[in-house]
Amino acid sequence: MSKLTPVLSAHWDDKDSFTIAGYSRHGGYSSFKKALAMEPDAVIQIVKDSGLRGRGGAGFPTGTKWGFIPQGDNREHYFVVNADESEPGTCKDTPLLMANPHVLIEGIIIGSYAVRANHAFIYIRGEVSHVVRRLLQAIEDAYKAGFLGKNILGTGFNLELTLHIGAGAYICGEETALLDSLEGFRGQPRLRPPFPAIAGLYARPTVVNNVESVASVPAIIEKGAEWFSSMGSEKSKGFTLYSLSGHVKNPGQFEAPLGITLRELIDLAGGIRNGNKLKFWTPGGSSTPILTSEHLDIPLDYESVDAAGSMLGTKALQIFDETTCILRAVLRWTEFYKHESCGKCTPCREGTWWLVQMLGNLENGVGTEEDLAKLLDICENIGGRSFCALADGAIAPIISSLKYFRDDYLAHFKNGGCPIDPVASTLFVSAKVGA
Amino acid sequence: MTTVDSGRTESAVTPITPIAPVEQINLIIDGFEVTVPKGTLVIRAAEQLGIQIPRFCDHPLLAPVGACRQCLVDIEINGRAFPKPQASCTIPVENGMIVKTQLTSEVAQKAQEGVMELLLVNHPLDCPVCDKGGECPLQNQAMSTGQSESRFEGTKRKFEKPVNISSQVLLDRERCILCARCTRFSEEIAGDAFISLNERGALQQVGIYEKDPFESYFSGNTVQICPVGALTGSAYRFRSRPFDLVSTPSVCEHCASGCSLRTDVRRNKTLRRLAGDDSNVNEEWNCDKGRWAFQYTMAKDRIANPLIRENGQLREASWPEALAAAAAGLKDKRTGVLVGGRSTVEDAYGYAKFARVALNTNDIDFRSRPHSQEETDFLAAHVVGSKVNYQDIDTADHVVLVGFEPEEESPIIFLRIRKQVQKRALEVTAVTPYLSRGFKKLNAKAVLTTPGQEATALNGLSLTSKSIIISGERLAELAGGLSAVVKLANKSGAKIAWVPRRAGERGAIEVGAIGNLLPGGRPVSDATARVDLAAAWGVDSLPAEIGKNADQILAAANAGQLEALVIGGVDPFDMQQPPVNALEKTFIVSLEMRPSAITEFADVIFPIAAVTEKSGSFMSWAGTSRSFEKAAPDAEHRSDAYVLSILSDAMGTPINLTGSKAAAKEIAAVGSWDGARATFTATQAKNLHEGVILATWRHLLDNGSLQANEPNLAGTARKNLARVSAKFANELGVKNGDLVTVSTDRGSLALPIEVSEILDGVIWLPRNGVGAESLRILGALNGDGVRVRKGI
Ligand SMILES: Cc1cc2nc3c(=O)[nH]c(=O)nc-3n(C[C@H](O)[C@H](O)[C@H](O)COP(=O)(O)O)c2cc1C
Ligand code: SF4
Ligand code: SF4
Ligand code: SF4
Ligand code: FES
Repeated sequence: MSKLTPVLSAHWDDKDSFTIAGYSRHGGYSSFKKALAMEPDAVIQIVKDSGLRGRGGAGFPTGTKWGFIPQGDNREHYFVVNADESEPGTCKDTPLLMANPHVLIEGIIIGSYAVRANHAFIYIRGEVSHVVRRLLQAIEDAYKAGFLGKNILGTGFNLELTLHIGAGAYICGEETALLDSLEGFRGQPRLRPPFPAIAGLYARPTVVNNVESVASVPAIIEKGAEWFSSMGSEKSKGFTLYSLSGHVKNPGQFEAPLGITLRELIDLAGGIRNGNKLKFWTPGGSSTPILTSEHLDIPLDYESVDAAGSMLGTKALQIFDETTCILRAVLRWTEFYKHESCGKCTPCREGTWWLVQMLGNLENGVGTEEDLAKLLDICENIGGRSFCALADGAIAPIISSLKYFRDDYLAHFKNGGCPIDPVASTLFVSAKVGA
Repeated sequence: MTTVDSGRTESAVTPITPIAPVEQINLIIDGFEVTVPKGTLVIRAAEQLGIQIPRFCDHPLLAPVGACRQCLVDIEINGRAFPKPQASCTIPVENGMIVKTQLTSEVAQKAQEGVMELLLVNHPLDCPVCDKGGECPLQNQAMSTGQSESRFEGTKRKFEKPVNISSQVLLDRERCILCARCTRFSEEIAGDAFISLNERGALQQVGIYEKDPFESYFSGNTVQICPVGALTGSAYRFRSRPFDLVSTPSVCEHCASGCSLRTDVRRNKTLRRLAGDDSNVNEEWNCDKGRWAFQYTMAKDRIANPLIRENGQLREASWPEALAAAAAGLKDKRTGVLVGGRSTVEDAYGYAKFARVALNTNDIDFRSRPHSQEETDFLAAHVVGSKVNYQDIDTADHVVLVGFEPEEESPIIFLRIRKQVQKRALEVTAVTPYLSRGFKKLNAKAVLTTPGQEATALNGLSLTSKSIIISGERLAELAGGLSAVVKLANKSGAKIAWVPRRAGERGAIEVGAIGNLLPGGRPVSDATARVDLAAAWGVDSLPAEIGKNADQILAAANAGQLEALVIGGVDPFDMQQPPVNALEKTFIVSLEMRPSAITEFADVIFPIAAVTEKSGSFMSWAGTSRSFEKAAPDAEHRSDAYVLSILSDAMGTPINLTGSKAAAKEIAAVGSWDGARATFTATQAKNLHEGVILATWRHLLDNGSLQANEPNLAGTARKNLARVSAKFANELGVKNGDLVTVSTDRGSLALPIEVSEILDGVIWLPRNGVGAESLRILGALNGDGVRVRKGI
């Protein structure tokens, strides 16, 4: 267990980890007091120095993003937390909010203070009503404790925090669609520029950050930028939550320094279920191209995963063993993207509609080598041609699966359908074996 | 034959007209250097070189969205290339930019072809039965940019087709390519966000809220800019193929906005009209009335041949017979001339010249509507020759609207003001008793004013020389209103604009179809002006006595001082007092298209041409004329000017106008008066009437005779409601939807009420709603007292 660096998750097993008392017992709600005593710019500088990068997928340096907010412009600023977490495989923000909503609230106070925002919003996906309830309670408690509201702890700093419940659209996790949705419109990505830092929520300068990014800030303020940047790899500093799901023995969140390898993480998770072999995996959710057992030893940081032809994304490691049909997995993901395409732009809207039908045929064994070429060509016409990154995510599994598992596709055609027993890959099979 | 581009979707080049000097940007597109103003989008810069990048969602008058992805090109700036193709409709040019379109970049070409193939995945390709087929940007660009065979072999999405989103607009969701032009137009330009994109993915679709159909006065523009056949007009659907139509640039004959239109005719039958493109006036838009109200030109009851009255009955007669009868009837009779406000400039000139030369009188008036001496003076002193126009709105610091509701009474002025309100928060003040939805969409500051007290309201405003006061024709009903406008303008240097409702009124003033002015703005009272014109016309002299206005003409007819009337296009019920007695007593020569209320009184009737059947011009409120050619080539009807000319021949006093063309030439030759204008003497406001004060104006769509036979259009008219304040409703004991009865000594009218932002003690009624023709029924004008009670 030496590889783990539990900070965010350090006390998740405390019975009252989600209460102010539980959080405070381990030093919670002290770093925002420290921050409020500093100049806002000094807070931004610490976050910059720490090297913290956005945990929502793109890995943009958080301190730099905060620094983009114009100062002294006499306009409202907004601080928005992205808790939409809807990417298949991604499951870190939800458990974090269940176990310790207050660390996010503390991070919000610090972040809002730094960017001179007096109103913050949490945009949470609507399906997780248990988390919504927990968060609502936490916000109420924070108000009661005087950590939110007018003149926080006599510092003169005011902050309102609003929880907004989404209606269940993956695209509303995209930051500009999120802002539209927050304003009461149908969530569709906005044309940029203007970027949110200039004209975001209600056309005011706005920061949008992922839950984990914001929740990482109190510890950085508390323990210093150097402490944070001493962990991780050269350009990917600090610790982060890796979420392992699928065919591992003990799935869950593993908090470790950036740069840990999948081999190490699978070990920590007790290995692949039933002693099976790893077939393929996603490094950061379904939108990141899949990797295979060849890639077990690449460091899971932004640069190394990029170099391997994928992306670290949300560090959502979905693990699939050899019982899984790649085509089946890819088709299910593609169905997800078809369902979630917002419809704004042609390539994604029409392309996902088409891809699902093509992949459905291929899964049924109706197809030829030419169809694979056509499939790739259509993916090329979608990726990089669409309005937002959802479409790039949609084609990632298809292109990468064709790169590594072309023969599996061909086997479907020879076999006149899927050659693999679909039941073998299910969870209830592992349960039966008692793994 | 010239044609204007309909949807401006494929081939049109948008002229780039910078307002202030702007920085110029140099860039290279497909190897060619081009210099364009800063802020120009790449797609538009390419147009300057004649390079056509395919596009769907892009529209030069709408904000960019980058949704369809059809316009992808490769871009590099100072050696740094974008990693992927960019939507050229969203990217402004930069110095040092190198753009490679489909013509020079394989990546761009493949990207565009790929998008085109995807766009057709869910398109039904039912071109053979689609109205857009033959003029369809999708069809055209699928030819230029697509592949000949689709690789899509799957199932397309299915929708019920078509669905009515209003009585006049049909939506075929299968054909829709989701470019959002229609929804953006409605929200950005018209301010009527009645349609929106709903659902997501391939099931995304245009929709309405079911209780709130697409009842926008501007809805037809969405049909025109839809780049596919997804939005169609009920009236045109399945009627024709574009390649069977002959298009003629035309001018709208309805209101004084002065829209450029295009009339599409097949075998003499007008099948549709589209907005033309004039950046100085209507840009590329028009209103639904101008687009769809043209069935009257083809009405079955059009008068085909002259009619003469014999033994009390009208019978058909030959032209020579009718001309002889009219000439005999008018001979040596003291005659007045009434020209409705709908004549072309040339026809109005014909009436003006006919009155002076053939009838030797200045008793002529184009105002077949409530008017006043104050207005007559105002028109001669402040309107004739004036050139305040749309560009003045663009640069104004403040627009004051008085006696004028632009959305209802001149919709393109409404759009123009709204554009400036959206763009630069132009300040708008409405002096009005009732703050209508149109005023609200202009973000207008309301100075709620009891009709009749406009002077007080105007006196309280402070304006600058960059401000414009726009008054409507209704202000003539309110004594002292126009005088207060003049006073405010004199005090502040603000410009005065006057907007009549009808398309022919401004032109009629300029060509002297009014008692105090001769053609070219020559004051009748000015002897030099009369001599000048007499010389131009080659007559010895012109009548010197200032002519009567329309009310006075009718009064004189009633009193036996006038024995004959020549009437063209007048509805007597548009006057406050229908002049039945006057009409009964006089010999009447009437020029008309269809039987009207005048017909039963007329002694000789000459059929005349509709706008589609002649050439001519209309002059907008801004004093600019736009001419048009005959759109229905084989039509045999003749213009009013021509008919008057042959009548003058028969009378032995020829006016020598062989038609509109000749009239136009003569108007130009006669020129305009550069001597002094008439002076204006102010009129005092009257005391308020007793009782509840009436406020009233016309809705754009109502019982107007030129809107006849177009039920789809009528279906989108505003509901006829009486508007009262909450307090007044309370006093009356009524709530929204309850009936009240409004009455005068002439009649009574029951309407449901709606509580509105209106002064207490005032009730607003539609002037000419279908079944709610308050002017005709009550005979009451703005500022008059009416009685109001609950129930019927
Ligand atoms: C389709 C799509 C879905 C996304 N969903 C999420 C999400 O659920 N949560 C999230 O934090 N970021 C999501 N993002 C990324 C956000 O746009 C944004 O980059 C992020 O919230 C920024 O926060 P960070 O800088 O803290 O990472 C999504 C992006 C795309 C294109
Ligand atoms: S790629 Fe286009 S259709 Fe897909 S989610 Fe983004 S904007 Fe919507
Ligand atoms: S109806 Fe026409 S204009 Fe509207 S979104 Fe569809 S294709 Fe575009
Ligand atoms: S705004 Fe006036 S001129 Fe233009 S189309 Fe409508 S009625 Fe005709
Ligand atoms: S025309 Fe550029 S994206 Fe539609």
